Amino acid sequence: MTTTTAPPAGAQTGTPQPGRPRKRGHRSPGEGRMAAMLLSPTLLVLALVIVYPLLSAVHQSLFRAESGLDADGFVSDVESFVGLANYADLFVGESGRRFLNAFANTTFFTVTTVFLETVLGLCLALAMNRAFRGRSFLRASILVPWAVPTAVSGLLWRWIFQSDGIANNILGSEILWTAEGNASKLAVIIAEVWKTAPFIGLLVLAGMQVIPGEVYEAARIDGAGWWRQLGSITLPLVKPTLLVAVLFRMLDALRMFDLPFVLIGSGKESVETLSMLAWDESNQLRYGSASAFAVMLFLYVAVVAIVFVKVLGADVTGAKELKLLSKKTARKNRIAANQATATADEATADLSNSDQTKTEATR
Amino acid sequence: MTISDLRNAAADSGAVAGSSNGTAPPSTRPKAKRTWRSYSVYAGLALIFAYCLAPFYWMLVSSLRRTADIFDNTLLPAPFSLENYAKVFDGSTMFGQALLNSLIVAGTTTTFALVLGVFAAYAISRLNFRFKSVILGVIIATSMFPGISVVVPLLRLFTDIGWINTYQAMIVPNLSFAIPLAVWNLTTFMKALPFDLEEAAMIDGCTKWQAFRRVLLPLAAPGVFTTAILTFIHSWNEFIIALSMINDPKIQTATVAISKFTGATEFQAPFGEQMAAGVIVTVPLVIMVLIFQRRIVEGLTAGASK
Repeated sequence: MTTTTAPPAGAQTGTPQPGRPRKRGHRSPGEGRMAAMLLSPTLLVLALVIVYPLLSAVHQSLFRAESGLDADGFVSDVESFVGLANYADLFVGESGRRFLNAFANTTFFTVTTVFLETVLGLCLALAMNRAFRGRSFLRASILVPWAVPTAVSGLLWRWIFQSDGIANNILGSEILWTAEGNASKLAVIIAEVWKTAPFIGLLVLAGMQVIPGEVYEAARIDGAGWWRQLGSITLPLVKPTLLVAVLFRMLDALRMFDLPFVLIGSGKESVETLSMLAWDESNQLRYGSASAFAVMLFLYVAVVAIVFVKVLGADVTGAKELKLLSKKTARKNRIAANQATATADEATADLSNSDQTKTEATR
Repeated sequence: MTISDLRNAAADSGAVAGSSNGTAPPSTRPKAKRTWRSYSVYAGLALIFAYCLAPFYWMLVSSLRRTADIFDNTLLPAPFSLENYAKVFDGSTMFGQALLNSLIVAGTTTTFALVLGVFAAYAISRLNFRFKSVILGVIIATSMFPGISVVVPLLRLFTDIGWINTYQAMIVPNLSFAIPLAVWNLTTFMKALPFDLEEAAMIDGCTKWQAFRRVLLPLAAPGVFTTAILTFIHSWNEFIIALSMINDPKIQTATVAISKFTGATEFQAPFGEQMAAGVIVTVPLVIMVLIFQRRIVEGLTAGASK
């Protein structure tokens, strides 16, 4: 909805002063101060709950607790600086094997669940886009899986996947879903997809609903069939929405914790994700390696996000919207300037405006 | 143009497109094919209903069985029983307390996030200042931060300052996801509101602050409300922070409490009670979803499909 919901250009310029049109580049000092005042509490809290933990995690990951008996025979925990040893251990030995396994699990779950969710979500959206009667009822029911707390959905699926539960009963099988092994991986994937595919469906549906009907009409007149319309109109036009939805789902899947934790349990090799591994380590009071795992997960998430935004151009922050807006404002200002100033001043006003447009663009 | 305007416009145009889209013009297609198509659409819808609701329904049904016939596979509880619900609240599990804790934690988190979020969103959507898109980008980026990367260091810190087993040990870390969510949603809503009214108020002599308080805030109320619902649901469903920071059953939240429901032995998990507790935790959310579905969908999609 980028272009349609953009506020009028005046929104960006503040109070217009009669006779002398205000230029966009000019910011009153009061406005900047007010913005700083309004934003500082938020930024302060975020610094406390995001930046501090991140720095602290990096710091802690350089230390290791050596517990041993001290001279008097008491257990003592001494933290010693070990440099990058915690990171080196990520790739060798027992803890390395566990890390790589968790890394592989996290990646596997992210790829499979997001892929299935996207396909299923698209199908859901296509079906819902066609339904006219009972659409609100449908929308309410599709929100149910989204609203169920992940921990509860873990419990719910554990009950369904019991060895003598309903899943085995319907399938006529005797699969041990919630024990170790590939079946438990499948159980996690099914439960995760159930909960999140409707979310993608909703987002994609919203993207589909803003496609004007005339586009389809024109395509039909040109003889495009349903598949052709899907491939040439619907998919390209929902792509921006879909990209953002997929990005968010991926970042969410990368930090998956609740579902495998409740559905299968902690410390199970076949479903242990990086979050679970880091949690388990910190539970064992091995903060050094726990922090190293957490930092690695953070880097993984950051890399995926950056690649996604840079390569696929997912417009997450609405940065494109802001740019578009500033362009519009600049143009409007130039016209206003031209009208208000004398012909002699026109050239200079135009010049300064285009300068501001330039600085705006570089910012 | 507000989002709901857009939605209506879209629904209108969608209706036009769809009515001729799903079922082709009568003159060109035989009638049999048309009814077959509409049947297939309804079959698809039924499938979606089943997909979304069947697991939840199974939880509900199982919670209404007696312990003795918990492994029945009938679609309705044969002897209907509230036994499991009675057990959940009989005091041994402190589940009522856990629900109250969830309410306190989620409510406080939501309040803080909204208050901070409204100011931040106003600054981003209405004021002109440097580094605006950078700040918005940073705030949104923080919402992608993995929870465990907050939990591990803060666990250490909170242990040192004696915050373990306190409400603030959950509320403060919860803000790490609640604030970005609130700021982002509110910014989207405020950007969509026309500036003209505030401008008129300011021409009439209001200060910026007065225009914000008397004009923008009432207009943004629906957006604030939607954001409140979303933030509340997210905080209510939060798990990893509550699990890590709390080990006292008196303080733990409902989601953690039900994950820890255990029976006498490992092989005798009290599934009936777990299902009943799950239903109790979920039902407030489902009711909220039913009442506010339009707003929730609006809020969820406003962020992604700008």
